[in-house]
Amino acid sequence: MASEVLTRLDPNSRAAAKGLSDLTIRNLFIIPTIAFLIIFNIFPLLYSLGYSFTDFRASTNAPANFVGLQNYRDLLNDPFIWKNFSITAKYVLISVTGQVIVGFGLAMLLNRAIPAKGLITTLLLLPMMLSMAVVGLFWKLLYDPNFGIINYFLGLGKFEWLADPDMALWAIAIVDIWMWSPFVMLLSLAGLSAVPKHLYEAAEIDRAGNFYTFFRITLPLVAPILMIAIIFRTMEAFKTFDLAFVLSSQPTTELIAIRLYKMAFQEWQTGMSSALAYIVLIMVVAITNIYVKYLNKVKAR
Amino acid sequence: MKTNWNGMLAGVAIGALSASSAWAEDLVIFWAEWDPANYLQELVNEYEEETGISVTVETTPWSDFQTKAFTEFNARGSAYDMIVGDSQWLGAASEGGHYVDMTDFFEKHNLGEVMAPATVKYYAEYPGNSGKFWAIPAEGDAVGWSYRKDWFEDPAEMAAFKEKYGYDLAVPETWAQMTDIAEFFHRPDEDRYGIAIYTDNSYDAMVMGVENAIFSYGADLGNFETYEVDGYVNSPEAVAALENYKKLYGLTPPGWAKTFFVENNQAITEGLVAMSMNYFAFFPALLNEATNPHAANTGFFANPAGPDGDQFAALGGQGISVVSYSENQEESMKFLEWFIKDETQKRWAELGGYTASAAVLESDEFRTATPYNEAFYQTMFKVKDFWAVPEFAELLTSANQRLYPFIVGGEGTAKETLDALAADWEATFKKYGRGQ
Repeated sequence: MASEVLTRLDPNSRAAAKGLSDLTIRNLFIIPTIAFLIIFNIFPLLYSLGYSFTDFRASTNAPANFVGLQNYRDLLNDPFIWKNFSITAKYVLISVTGQVIVGFGLAMLLNRAIPAKGLITTLLLLPMMLSMAVVGLFWKLLYDPNFGIINYFLGLGKFEWLADPDMALWAIAIVDIWMWSPFVMLLSLAGLSAVPKHLYEAAEIDRAGNFYTFFRITLPLVAPILMIAIIFRTMEAFKTFDLAFVLSSQPTTELIAIRLYKMAFQEWQTGMSSALAYIVLIMVVAITNIYVKYLNKVKAR
Repeated sequence: MKTNWNGMLAGVAIGALSASSAWAEDLVIFWAEWDPANYLQELVNEYEEETGISVTVETTPWSDFQTKAFTEFNARGSAYDMIVGDSQWLGAASEGGHYVDMTDFFEKHNLGEVMAPATVKYYAEYPGNSGKFWAIPAEGDAVGWSYRKDWFEDPAEMAAFKEKYGYDLAVPETWAQMTDIAEFFHRPDEDRYGIAIYTDNSYDAMVMGVENAIFSYGADLGNFETYEVDGYVNSPEAVAALENYKKLYGLTPPGWAKTFFVENNQAITEGLVAMSMNYFAFFPALLNEATNPHAANTGFFANPAGPDGDQFAALGGQGISVVSYSENQEESMKFLEWFIKDETQKRWAELGGYTASAAVLESDEFRTATPYNEAFYQTMFKVKDFWAVPEFAELLTSANQRLYPFIVGGEGTAKETLDALAADWEATFKKYGRGQ
């Protein structure tokens, strides 16, 4: 009966009934995707690479003049840019370290039988579901020295979290840690739950201590997935813009992404900012490669 | 049935035609989100009543006003017919071809005489003294001060001040007096502080704040004809001015490290400070008892003089320009002809806008209309502005990068800060081939 129905249908409908052919899938999904990728990613990437070798300013009608590597030279000789990179490095270090410690710690706590475990896990995941800009505004109020609730609870009086140039970066990193530790926690939890129970049983039989069990069993087995979390968070922290911009855009918190934004959209130094974007891109790719090599080593052990 | 379809199609066509006709008579003015923009919308509603042409004042927060405006310019977009652009944009917007040349319009309506001199110089002309005009002065503005009259007039405070400083507590006439008064009222234990100044380093806030001191101390940002800056922005007078600004920062409330107009008005409305710096355009909120519980006790004064009696203030405000990419340039020009009429300017002032019309500004009616109009009137004849060159944003960035660490972070000395700033600006001018 079924074959009778199919033979009565036209050839296209028959193909549809059988499922999409490879050719149809290619024409319907892959080609448009590649076209979009080329139009919206590859083309602007190459176009901006071209701009990075010119003195082009989008705010003028003047044509772009080829200046070779001048923009790259100027940027790499600019002490303010190096300061921005050093602030960013410090921020990435504080933020990612904090997230790994807090996130992994939370995962260890949740990796045991506790009441309302599902609810607690869900509640802990809430911060990372919020918008960065909203979180920034929210924490700005919490940090306010005149009416902020943080100083009230910690008994810090009029402590200036965001106004103090030395404290502001830490204050931003604390918010980032609060927001993204759940991400590390989630991945760590997945890694922890995958550790075979018989290893712990064997360690227990051998009377291995907690310290030994953690460093010889738990950490090595969770390390690959933890490294993935670190790679993602490092890349994100390196690109942090909105949180720092909303909370405290001052010289000691001017991350490289903020400097890039100002150069591109406030000063309209299009050529120069394109060059800076490529320097940032190269740095992120280099850091990620180091991590990936290390990850492969960890996996190989 | 066929007839019905034809009728419907005809109806749709007529509707579409009338819609496109109405569209052509819609003008859009782009401005930042603040009270004067609301007053302008009220004013242009009257234009619609008179002519049937609707004008919409579209706004965006100050923080992204420049970015949004220039993004539209760079895209050669026709979303806005007119723009009430910042004074320092004149160079970038005119040289970039984004503004329509208004020189003929200016001369035809003799606006050089009709508008107050400072407003013509800073809101309309570029390059300076070139006779080329790119805007119609729209919203005059400058930095002034609000203060707590009740604190100043308290007999106990007056006696204590006289005993400590040897002169009467009154509205400060000099920056030295203002510093004494701020110091006198700075009592963190009582949750009372001396002064609120601009410290936001993200655009021009802090730079404008510092300019008030630099100009009144007899210094300048540079030679605007030759682009020389060494010996100007780092002169001994400028160094003294910056030192005083830093001293005032020490007398601000806690957390006063990134503050602009909102916070400085809050400093008064929340009863935190004795004196607060702000643009005159933000003062109406301080007279409103709904927004300021201390409205009855709030007074206003113009920026005080420096040690040698020089008295200037940083210019705020904007001119209104026609965007080159507008499809309604002719209609926009007609609107501007209406806008510059004496009666429109008078109405603009009545609604709360700061007219740039010399006649309206000088009238007793205007000067006595509010407690701060007299100070505004005096200030508008003593204003100076930042560089309006196309690379103004780079100059602002350098200023923020140098001034902020000294004022807020306490890094280095005033002399080192201004020497470094002079070097940065020299390098920027050299990069763009300005000056020697």
